[in-house]
Amino acid sequence: MAMERVLEVKDLELHYFTRKGVVRAVDKITFDVRQGETLGVVGESGCGKTTMGTALLNMPTPPGRIVGGQILLDGLDTLKMSEQEIRRRVRWESISMVFQGAMNCLTPVYTIERQMKETLQQHREMSKEEAKTRMKNYLNLVGLPDDVLRRYPHELSGGMKQRVVIAMALFLEPRVVICDEPTTALDVVVQAQVINLLKDLKAQMNVSFIFITHDLSIEAEVSDRIMVMYAGQISELGTSEQIFGPQGPAHPYTQRLLAATPLLHQEVTELAFIPGTPPDLVDPPAGCRFHPRCHVVMDRCLRDEVPLREIEPDHMVACWRCFHE
Amino acid sequence: MSEPILVAENLTKWFPVKRLVSQVLRGERTWVRAVDGVSFSINKGEIFGLVGESGCGKTTTGKLIMKLLEITDGHLHLNGEDVTHVRGRALAKHRRSVQMIFQDPYSSMNPRFTIRDVLMEPLEIHKVGKDMKERNAWVSEILNEVKLSPPEEFLVRHPHMLSGGQRQRAATARTLMLNPSVIVADEPVSMIDLSTRAEILHMMRQLQRELGLTYIYITHDLSTARYFADRLAVMYLGKIIEMGPAGTVIDRCLHPYTQALIGAVCEPVSGKVNQIKDVPIKGEIPAATNIPPGCRFHPRCLYAVNECWENVEPKLVDIGGGHMVACRRHEEIERIGAAARTSEASLGLRRSTRIS
Repeated sequence: MAMERVLEVKDLELHYFTRKGVVRAVDKITFDVRQGETLGVVGESGCGKTTMGTALLNMPTPPGRIVGGQILLDGLDTLKMSEQEIRRRVRWESISMVFQGAMNCLTPVYTIERQMKETLQQHREMSKEEAKTRMKNYLNLVGLPDDVLRRYPHELSGGMKQRVVIAMALFLEPRVVICDEPTTALDVVVQAQVINLLKDLKAQMNVSFIFITHDLSIEAEVSDRIMVMYAGQISELGTSEQIFGPQGPAHPYTQRLLAATPLLHQEVTELAFIPGTPPDLVDPPAGCRFHPRCHVVMDRCLRDEVPLREIEPDHMVACWRCFHE
Repeated sequence: MSEPILVAENLTKWFPVKRLVSQVLRGERTWVRAVDGVSFSINKGEIFGLVGESGCGKTTTGKLIMKLLEITDGHLHLNGEDVTHVRGRALAKHRRSVQMIFQDPYSSMNPRFTIRDVLMEPLEIHKVGKDMKERNAWVSEILNEVKLSPPEEFLVRHPHMLSGGQRQRAATARTLMLNPSVIVADEPVSMIDLSTRAEILHMMRQLQRELGLTYIYITHDLSTARYFADRLAVMYLGKIIEMGPAGTVIDRCLHPYTQALIGAVCEPVSGKVNQIKDVPIKGEIPAATNIPPGCRFHPRCLYAVNECWENVEPKLVDIGGGHMVACRRHEEIERIGAAARTSEASLGLRRSTRIS
């Protein structure tokens, strides 16, 4: 399926300027997001997945700064726009985000109506009635009744708050919604319901999702394509079938990560794990960044930095072992 | 292996809720029934998994076993002795034999302590070891045991200088300092990265085999519970609703709640992207102050019939092989499940519905 590209990211670099030195949290990553797809981003904590998400909205957390690259939204580079232009055209208008622990980012002293209205009034000129209808429509869309508007966040359960936040991310009709760990704080049953909701929304509204999580099993559930990040770089990018299908992923890191995920309906006696810890991004290892933890490391991995190359259609890998030269 | 080390009989913990003046005058009392009559028996050298959603009372049960909370009703036996209302010296003795690993290893360690201080503290409190030399030797031995080696390097570090995995190892080391017989592990790996999660569980299991420990593994994660625990108990609103060998409970679960929990678990298998997951449950978990009459699960159950809320609560009954379930309709549910499995197998159908 040749789909239209909504978002193209080229050589994006975001560094944190700390006292210890420059942390290269996002280091020259290139990928695209297609119309109506869900792109999953997985990796361990500290691999730069959330940082990448904030970079797409052009609002890095200090002391972070975007130092290079391009973010093309329908062909226009958002990194060249002024702050005003970004507010008017990009942030929440075209790209919105459901933040990690989003259900805790609702103000406890405002009703849901007031919080939702705030966003709406910033971006759209509409009458009170229009605004209210719109808010109700979107609440219904995420499976909540109208009377939620009058309630305060503490009167709602975790799952309901998460739905409110998703509704808020959707109601300006953005093209891309970034979901950062939207289900981690939720119980399994509620998590499954939220996942079902996101799938349903994707089918109904033709929006693209970027789904950030550390849990491969959730990615298998929601994402059309999966991007695996390690130490600020992409180590593998492929379709769900290429990563989770019978042939398995190509990159040793993804392979090990998958092997470390316990399966529910299988008797496993020994679970694999990846020895060591992710590298310090102030001073990442030379060559392939995964080499100190890799089980199939070669001489070349210690020496040469690995590029991300296509090994089959739609399947990109950064591993010297996978290239047939 | 078969002698029970820890036996809980009808263990109950009710927390009183603050009352309004009008309620006091009327003599009304409300309770949060966090743990509402839980019975189980854990054998020596066993890993007993306690699973359920947040608010189901699994952590409270752990704390009751630790005697961090006063037991409202019921009995707790450790090694054949009744420890339900122990105080003073006997309580100190109980705390030595039952230890706990907490969920967040960072907030459960004093940030100003070095790892040496953290591990030394229990020895000092319980006056274990003749002198400093003996204590130091013991600390180093335990650090080696949890694979934080060389110990000298870790002794002088503060908790923030350790990675998540190392911190949880240190927390495990702390529980081992007093040679306990039972360790209550409350979500020990939920804050740890997937890549190291298996490593910690692996280490915990090795220790269990070497030292003959008994674990109570409290978690909401069914996948690791199946991998790690020998036996599982599923809790809902303060009660155990299904219990049995881990594999049986997961693969042949009969309680509708367990079925919903299992249906909700995500697995890393391809081909599910465009399918809506079938989670056989309705509504949300009721408050523990207001537990539904009859079977406490009936408002959310898809199989509920009149007798489920008209009659008294179903008891846990053994249906063979140590598999226990508290559901009036478990036989019918088993038949439906068996029929579904065969039709699924013959037609190659999935229960999920396609959407796009």
